[in-house]
Amino acid sequence: MTWDMDYALDSLPPILEAFLRYTLLATVLGSVLAAVLGLVFAVIRRAHVPVLAPLTTVFIEFVRSTPIPIQLFFMFYVLPSIGITLGGLFVGVLTLGVHYACYYAEIYRAGIDAVPPGQWEACTALSLPARYQWQRVVLPQAIRNVLPSLGNYVISMFKETPFLFLISIPEMVRTAIDIGGGSFRYVEPLTIAGLIFLAASYPSSVALRRLEHRVGHA
Amino acid sequence: MADLQFVPWVDNLLGGLWVTIYVTVLGAVGATLVAFALGLLVRMKAALPRIGARIVIEFFRGTSLLVQLFWLFYVLPLLGYRLTPIAVAVVAFSLNFGAYGAEVVRGAITAVPRPQWEGAIALSLSPVQRMRRVIIPQALPLMIPPFGNLLIQLLKSTPLVFLVTVTDLATVADQYRAAEGNEAFIFGLLLVVYFVLAYLCTLLMHVLEARAKGRLGQREERSKIFAFRGPAAQEGEVA
Repeated sequence: MTWDMDYALDSLPPILEAFLRYTLLATVLGSVLAAVLGLVFAVIRRAHVPVLAPLTTVFIEFVRSTPIPIQLFFMFYVLPSIGITLGGLFVGVLTLGVHYACYYAEIYRAGIDAVPPGQWEACTALSLPARYQWQRVVLPQAIRNVLPSLGNYVISMFKETPFLFLISIPEMVRTAIDIGGGSFRYVEPLTIAGLIFLAASYPSSVALRRLEHRVGHA
Repeated sequence: MADLQFVPWVDNLLGGLWVTIYVTVLGAVGATLVAFALGLLVRMKAALPRIGARIVIEFFRGTSLLVQLFWLFYVLPLLGYRLTPIAVAVVAFSLNFGAYGAEVVRGAITAVPRPQWEGAIALSLSPVQRMRRVIIPQALPLMIPPFGNLLIQLLKSTPLVFLVTVTDLATVADQYRAAEGNEAFIFGLLLVVYFVLAYLCTLLMHVLEARAKGRLGQREERSKIFAFRGPAAQEGEVA
């Protein structure tokens, strides 16, 4: 079994294209959705909104305990049957975003809990309205502290994007398999796909460790 | 809603459930072994085992589990080693989650207070005795909660095994969908089953944690073991 360099170079452009068009796009959109929705979940729980807060807790536990592939299938097959037809990529981003929002919510919660009680008391003493208390005082401090942890989840979402091929999105790993299937040579395309994952996620995790260090000591 | 056409599928679904549990248990055992091996190696002072283990850990954490499954399934036979599909799944889970677990083991051992090490040295325990009798028993309660999170991650990754032709619960459910339709019913059922399995994993880890603490003389009340507390937020230890 030898490594065929020409074949490897030939399969690189389509794999890179799939990486940019699907894998990276889904990661970015999914992370944005998760970051926003997770914050909403965290604030609902922390502010003890009646009815919504316990419902959010149950929802988070359920989503965190069930596999992404099954959630993808569920969304992919069930949404159309209740009359909602969305593109595959949209379903994928929605599922990944909601799944990770449930993890993000826990992280935000830890960040909010870490804001010193004095900050809350000062808000009360200044009789700031609740909206300002969250927007101007608590959340800016909380989010700054948890940025590195959120970043770690972006990396893990990135590594779970291959699931999207289950709902027929031709992301990077699927593309690699297809190239391999066309010529019965899987070594080069699959190895390249793996290396692209490594090349993208390892520097990011090193950068995050630096960020963690800086935030921790600031 | 799906009474008549559901009954013939029960056997298949139970068979799939068994495969899912089987792969989860073997994968978890393998991952624990890998985690301890790598976690202990990466703490060594000698450069060779330390750097070697670090490379292995970063490699298996950095590449996607799915790529690792495919690689073991498609590429390894070309290099002359052919594993059965179930073995591919178990090996991939062991290496991937073992690499994440290694960081947990390393962190927990590092967190054991310095005086414990010094005390063990002062009593002239051998390095093996020191680890086995003093350090690891105290590190275990710290390891178990993150291990619990990893166990649930592993369980949640098992549907991937169908990619390497293992017929697990999710595969059978997909066959059911293809044959009978009823997508909402079958995938809704599946979500509930996985939730129950994950909850059983959480309970198991609570029991293990209570036992590990019991060995250190920290009794936990029984009601606390079965109290509902969700998986703690983990940082950077996710598949």
